[in-house]
Amino acid sequence: MTSEATATDEAATQDAALVELKGAGKSYGNIRALHGVDLTVHPGKVTCVLGDNGAGKSTLIKIVSGLHQHTEGDFLVDGAPVRFSTPREALDKGIATVYQDLAVVPLMPVWRNFFLGSELTKGPWPVRRLDIEKMKKTADEELRNMGIVLDDMEQPIGTLSGGQRQCVAIARAVYFGARVLILDEPTAALGVKQSGVVLKYIAAAREKGLGVIFITHNPHHAYMVGDHFSVLRLGTMELSASRSEVSLEELTNHMAGGTELASLKHELAQVRGVDVEELPEAGDLTAPVASSSEGKS
Amino acid sequence: MSMTQQATPAADTPPAPGPKQSDGRTRQRPPALRLLARPEVGVFLGAVAVLVFFLFAAPPVRDGSSMANILYQSSTIGIMALPVALLMIGGEFDLSAGVAVVTSALTASMLSYQLTLNVWVGVIVALLVSLGIGAFNGWLLVKTGLPSFLVTLGTFLILQGVNLAVTKLVTGNVATDDISDMDGFTQAQKLFASTFQVGGVNVKITVVWWLVFAALATWVLLRTKYGNWIFAVGGNKESARAVGVPVTFTKISLFMLVGFGAWFVGMHQLFSFNTVQSGEGVGQELIYIAAAVIGGCLLTGGSGSAIGPVFGAFMFGMVQQGIVYAGWNPDWFKAFLGVMLLGAVLINLWVQRTATRR
Repeated sequence: MTSEATATDEAATQDAALVELKGAGKSYGNIRALHGVDLTVHPGKVTCVLGDNGAGKSTLIKIVSGLHQHTEGDFLVDGAPVRFSTPREALDKGIATVYQDLAVVPLMPVWRNFFLGSELTKGPWPVRRLDIEKMKKTADEELRNMGIVLDDMEQPIGTLSGGQRQCVAIARAVYFGARVLILDEPTAALGVKQSGVVLKYIAAAREKGLGVIFITHNPHHAYMVGDHFSVLRLGTMELSASRSEVSLEELTNHMAGGTELASLKHELAQVRGVDVEELPEAGDLTAPVASSSEGKS
Repeated sequence: MSMTQQATPAADTPPAPGPKQSDGRTRQRPPALRLLARPEVGVFLGAVAVLVFFLFAAPPVRDGSSMANILYQSSTIGIMALPVALLMIGGEFDLSAGVAVVTSALTASMLSYQLTLNVWVGVIVALLVSLGIGAFNGWLLVKTGLPSFLVTLGTFLILQGVNLAVTKLVTGNVATDDISDMDGFTQAQKLFASTFQVGGVNVKITVVWWLVFAALATWVLLRTKYGNWIFAVGGNKESARAVGVPVTFTKISLFMLVGFGAWFVGMHQLFSFNTVQSGEGVGQELIYIAAAVIGGCLLTGGSGSAIGPVFGAFMFGMVQQGIVYAGWNPDWFKAFLGVMLLGAVLINLWVQRTATRR
C-alpha cells in the first residue's frame, strides 16, 4: 500500500497512510472540478495542499470530509476504500475538518458550539439531558490548553476574534479524537500574529501524532510547517514533493502560477506601477531548484 | 484559573499561552446588559406594561374571572405559538399552521360522525393527519431546498381549499355536524376542553396545557441535545451539518411538532364548540408567528426561547380581551397588534446589536 509513498516520501515509510487518494477526481455534471489527484496523509505529518482560487482545493477537502463523493479514482482510509455520504461518517473514521467559515453557529454560546453534534448527556432516556457543567468545564480546559482564556463560556462564539474562533475549532477537532485534521485556509483571514498562533497549533497537532491536511494559498505558511507539498492547478496536481525536494522559492513560483506570470512578464512590464524585477524567468522554473540570484538588481 | 497566571510556559509545550485577557480588551459586559440580551426579557417587560395599562384603563380586568378569560384567550394562541416558535428558532416558519388546526378538527369530526365511530378514533386519525401534514411540509422543504415561505404557502392554500370543498362534499354544509352525543365525547372533552375551579374562578384546562407545554418546550430547548440542534440548524444549517447534526431530521420533526400543536388546538375547538366551521383558521398563522416574534424569536432563526412566546401570547390575549373590557371598539385590536409587533421587532434588533457587540 505504501509503495508509492515510499518513492516520494522516505520519511513516512514506517507509518501506514491514514488517508490516501489515488487518481481521485470529481465532476459536477459536465464540469470536471478535480482530476487525477494523489494524496497521502501519514500520522504525525503535515500535508500541505496549495493552489490558487478555483484550483480545486475546496473540492478536494469536501471529498475527504464527506460532504461530496468522488466520481473517479480511489479514496482509502486505513487502506480500505471508502465512500462517505455524510460528514458524520468521516468524523466516525476520525477525519475532522475545520472549515474556512469554521463551522460554528455565531449566535450560540462557546460551549454549545464546542460540543455541537457530539453533546455530552446524562440521565436515562425520558429525562436524558445535557451535562452542561461537564461540557462547560471541558471546553474551558481544552481552550486553556490552547492558550485561550474566556471568562464566560456563555458568550456567543460570534463575539470572539477570528483567530480565537479558529483555535476553538481546532481544539474541538483535536478533543473529539481526530486522527486526521483538515484545515481549510486557517490563516487566510488572520493577521500576522494570529497566523503564527494557528501555525503553532498545527505543529502541536502534528506532535500529537495527527495527520494534518493544511489547505492554504500562502506558500510561506505552508513551508513553515509542511512535510509534503501538493500544488493544485485547474483541478489537477501540478506538483507533489516532500520537503527535501522543493525549496520555498520553487514552491512560491509554482503556487503563484509562476509559469503564467513569467510569460506575462513582458506585458506587465508595460504597466506602470507593476514591479516585474522579482518575477522569475520562464527558464528558472524548469530547473530542479530555482536559483535565487538571477534577478537583475 | 490556574493557567492564567502561568508566567513561564515550558518551551516544549507547543500550545503556548496565546493572547490572554491581560491585555485588558475583554471587559466583562455589565450584568444588566447580559440580562437584556436574553430574548425573553423584552417581551416580559412588554407584557407587564400591557397588563398594568389595562388594569388602569379597564377596571373589569381586575376581576378574577376576567383574568381567567384573558388567560384562556392567551392559551389558545399560546399552545400553537410554542411549536411555531421552536420552528422559527430552527430557521423556518409555517404559514399553514392556522388552517391546519381546522383541518385537524374537521378530520376528527367528520370521520367519527360519518362512520359513526367512537370519537377517539377520529381524534387519533386527526393526529396522524396533522403529523403527516407537518412531515410533508418538512420533507418538501428539505428535499427541494425551497424557502419555507413558498412550501407552506402552498400547503396553506391547499388545506384552505380542501377544508371548504371536502366539508361541503361530505356534509353538504359549511360546518360539520354536532358530535356531542357520540361515544367518547365527554371523555375527550375532559382532556381538551374542560373547565375547573380555582378559588371560585372557572379556569379552562387549556391554560394548564399551555403552561405544561411551555415548561416542556423550555426544557427541551435548553437542556437537551435536540434543543441544541434546533438552535444550530436555525443559526447556521451548513455548519450544523458539517459537525454532524442531523439537519434533515431536526427540520422535519419541527414541522411535525407544529402539526401536533395544530392537532391539539383543533381538538380543543372541536370539543368546546361541538362543530367546526370549515372556513376558519385563515390569518391565525400570522398571529402565531407574531406571538413568536414578539416573544423574542429571531425570524431568521438561531435565537429565541419558549418562554418568550408565552408572554407574547399573553400580550395578545390581554389586548384582545382588554379592549372589550375597556368598552372600546374591538376593531382596534389588529392596529394594536401591529404596533406591538413593530415595537417588539425594533427592540429585538436593538438588543441583539447591543448585546452581541464586540
